[in-house]
Amino acid sequence: MNNIVNLTLDGKKVQAEKGENLIDVAKENGIEIPTLCYFKEIHPTLGTCRICTVKLNGRHTTGCTTKVADGMEIEINTPELIDNRTAIIEMLYAEGNHFCPSCEKSGNCVMQNLGYDMGLTYTRYPHVFSKKLVDFSPKRMIMETNRCILCKRCVEEIKTKDGKSVFSFVGRGVKTRVQIDYEQEEKLSEAEAIRAMDLCPVGAILVKGKANELPFGDRKFDLIGKDVLTKLHKGVTAPKHDEKFIVGTTSLAGCFGCHMSLLDIDTDLLDMLEIVEFNKSPITDIKNFSKRCHVGLIEGGCANSHNVHVLEDFRKNCDILIGFGECAIMGGVPAMRNFVPLEECLEESYLNGITSELGANIIPAHEDIPKLLNNVYPANEVVKIDYYIPGCPPNAQHIWKVVKSILTGEEIPIEHDEFKYD
Amino acid sequence: MVTKNKIERSKLMDVLWDIQLKRGCIEHDDITKIADEFGLSRMDVEGVVSFFHFYHKTNVGKYTIYLNNSVVSRFAGMDEVKLAFEEATGTLLGHVSKDGMFGLFETACIGLSDQEPACLINLKPFTNLTPEKAKAIIARLKKGNKPKNICDEPKSIVQYTPSKERTVFFKPYKTYSSLSFLKQNEPQEIIELIKKSKLAGMGGAFFPTGLKWQFCRQNKADQKYIICNFDEGEPGTFKDRVLVQEHPELLIEGMITAAYAVGATKGAIYLRGEYRFMKKDIEKLLESYRKDGFLGKNIEAKEPFDFDIYVHLGAGAYICGEETALIHSMEGLRGEPGTKEIFPVEKGFNGKPTVVNNVETLSAVTRILEMGVDKWLALGTEKTPGTKLLSVSGDCNKKGIYEIEWGMNFQEFLSLIDADNPKAIQFSGPSGELLSKVDFNRDISGEDMMCGGSVMIFNQDRDILEVLKIYSDFFVDESCGICVPCRTGNFLLNRKIDKLILGHAERKDLKDIREWSKIIKTTSRCGLGQMSSNSLNDAMTKFPEIFESIVSDDSDFNKSFNLDVAVAEYDNIIKEITSDYE
Repeated sequence: MNNIVNLTLDGKKVQAEKGENLIDVAKENGIEIPTLCYFKEIHPTLGTCRICTVKLNGRHTTGCTTKVADGMEIEINTPELIDNRTAIIEMLYAEGNHFCPSCEKSGNCVMQNLGYDMGLTYTRYPHVFSKKLVDFSPKRMIMETNRCILCKRCVEEIKTKDGKSVFSFVGRGVKTRVQIDYEQEEKLSEAEAIRAMDLCPVGAILVKGKANELPFGDRKFDLIGKDVLTKLHKGVTAPKHDEKFIVGTTSLAGCFGCHMSLLDIDTDLLDMLEIVEFNKSPITDIKNFSKRCHVGLIEGGCANSHNVHVLEDFRKNCDILIGFGECAIMGGVPAMRNFVPLEECLEESYLNGITSELGANIIPAHEDIPKLLNNVYPANEVVKIDYYIPGCPPNAQHIWKVVKSILTGEEIPIEHDEFKYD
Repeated sequence: MVTKNKIERSKLMDVLWDIQLKRGCIEHDDITKIADEFGLSRMDVEGVVSFFHFYHKTNVGKYTIYLNNSVVSRFAGMDEVKLAFEEATGTLLGHVSKDGMFGLFETACIGLSDQEPACLINLKPFTNLTPEKAKAIIARLKKGNKPKNICDEPKSIVQYTPSKERTVFFKPYKTYSSLSFLKQNEPQEIIELIKKSKLAGMGGAFFPTGLKWQFCRQNKADQKYIICNFDEGEPGTFKDRVLVQEHPELLIEGMITAAYAVGATKGAIYLRGEYRFMKKDIEKLLESYRKDGFLGKNIEAKEPFDFDIYVHLGAGAYICGEETALIHSMEGLRGEPGTKEIFPVEKGFNGKPTVVNNVETLSAVTRILEMGVDKWLALGTEKTPGTKLLSVSGDCNKKGIYEIEWGMNFQEFLSLIDADNPKAIQFSGPSGELLSKVDFNRDISGEDMMCGGSVMIFNQDRDILEVLKIYSDFFVDESCGICVPCRTGNFLLNRKIDKLILGHAERKDLKDIREWSKIIKTTSRCGLGQMSSNSLNDAMTKFPEIFESIVSDDSDFNKSFNLDVAVAEYDNIIKEITSDYE
């Protein structure tokens, strides 16, 4: 029995076998330390994702590289450490190009699920939008580098029968990428390839024809996700006795899907109209602000000069701006053009695209047509956005709950299946 | 399953160097062939090639110029020299001339900070460059002179040593004299002596050397390694170069002593690629040690032992100064640092117990044996006995190496180096501490502020933001990329510095910098990310007026978004197209 050690996890005294991995010990004691790279079978542990950073006897270290010993005092869920974890996930979202709505791994993605659990609605870091390769050349697999978080699981774990690496890190610093060795990849069996796909905590490794087998809604994290609370808000200055909250809405570079979802509130719309009056909005067709608004709801990011003017107008006329939907938050689908030169985008749209008429030779340009920006910008890179409602589109009930919470200052529980990035 | 006739992976860097130097690049087919010979996948080799600064996949010219872009070099006139090189070679920085004669690149600090601007041409040093000198060099190369015949001998400028009896490093040394000590002492006795001396890692980490040796000695293994960390990559440091140029025996004998103490049979000097010009001399000296029986089989000692040393050449990666990254690169892997789960003294090079010590540390061992531990302990301070080598560069009149006793007052040090009213001092390199006049009364000691060896002086005219930007560029370049806080965190901080420089920053940006730095610091995998934001944060604390004067109050509109700039590309495209119509 002398292999049993005593330690404390967040003040709770626990016993464990000496040398056991801290992540596992915490789990046995009901404390989940989130991680993206830790994988029981890989030794030594990778320690690449840094999400499991804890405080061991007052010093920061990663949980996955800590073997428990007698007398250890470990802090796991302090506000600082939780914020660190959230920050790392946000940084991963900001450095990669993660478009959950179009990702095959959505619902099976560990990073996406961590985002849900943490109640992540946006990233504090600006999106980097660096151009990354989607490699379709391997025989069985697709390497979707846009989504890769460089956890190194595949590099260390997936080998051919003669011990050669299939995946390797190439480049250095921000240019580091995982690349597939075509020759070795061919040697993998289908089962081995699928194992690589499952090992990937995100959607970077896909097996052709196998990535979408399970329908959305039935996937791993669709079923087991946690509910979260809306964060506490101060609320807005309450309107006078017989007046209502004034709300404006707009759709910038979006598809109007978020507005459609807004209308899906159905009968709750009647409750809403008890306390809310819409001003400038496609719903009312009021073109210019006639009143100052308590809240402005922004769908879409900025793709052209008109979007920028409208957004700035909203900022000037609203006390609080809420970005709703993926596009307002991080550019969304329109931002996929950020990886293609603007000139190519225009040529594809007006001259060479399959829907262009034969012999088309004009790219329309007129002073009345808004000018395209060099990139699609998330709304918060142009003006300050106060709150975010993620989703593509966000769930109708969810939109209303969050807006109500912001208007009234109430804290409202949000069920897992309402809170979605896709 | 191990195939027997494959080459050991630890030879990979040597082979890559060989091809790079012979052909000016390592091409696709070379990589395929190497991978086959080593029994690796192509992509594994590609991963290593793309990790190191000095390996290239496309030809870098018959003459490859690496111009140092460190802050000291820039302030000494790198830009003018760069222009002169561009003009003379007919190529822009980062490119190769059309005729394939010249490749012009920049590189991080090359350890010649007291003779800047400096560059390496085919890895031969050229110092104290001026635009005229740069043009003359190119002219001579064009005439057919070889770089090795026209390069400069890097000077060893030792500006200061304590009084004769208190000097440790820079005084005459009788070769082999420390080794007689091994005949009188058992390995454990040597370790006790080093423990007693309180010697600590002089590379800047200051881990107790005796303790490291003890750990390594305790770990039983059929083979152990002593590695000398001669990767001296912290910008502004050149003390190890000068120490080895002047007294290489100290280092070699320190390694022999360490090997005896811990029971190691093999040793390696990890020489940074930038110092390749020193390789031959070191190898020659090793050969004479071998000839005289101090390296090789059955070295004379109380417990005779086998030990030999070879030189391993790095290939341009700051991170390889970190011991686990260094070991990985020696093993033929990418130079990524390991986790702190297992230490090299347990499982290091090739999975065997390994001691990695800095040049100055190993040299100090030799001197401690020679002078006796009591005499050593009488020098310096209680916590840090002995002396320390500092590399001084930047805005002062006496650049060079200073051997000072620990405990020297900083003000006194400033008058020694003849710094004229300095504004800021970068102490211990960009990852160290930025000092302002509030620090000038402190002491250089284990009790107050420690220094790994780099001291860069900035006078009143220097723009601190420019300095910070140069540091940040350096860290972004040198981050190995394995963990996101360092990889992207440093990149995002770099953007914040841009924002400050452009005058777009608001008060909340300063708050962001503080908070983001803290996250990067606490979550990064190794020292690079843990230290990279130090100077930026020090500057905000010590020079608040600089930041106050350029940030504006928080607003609802992002100043770094400019509509005119954002539509400029569209305007150009349309302008071009409409001119076609006409």
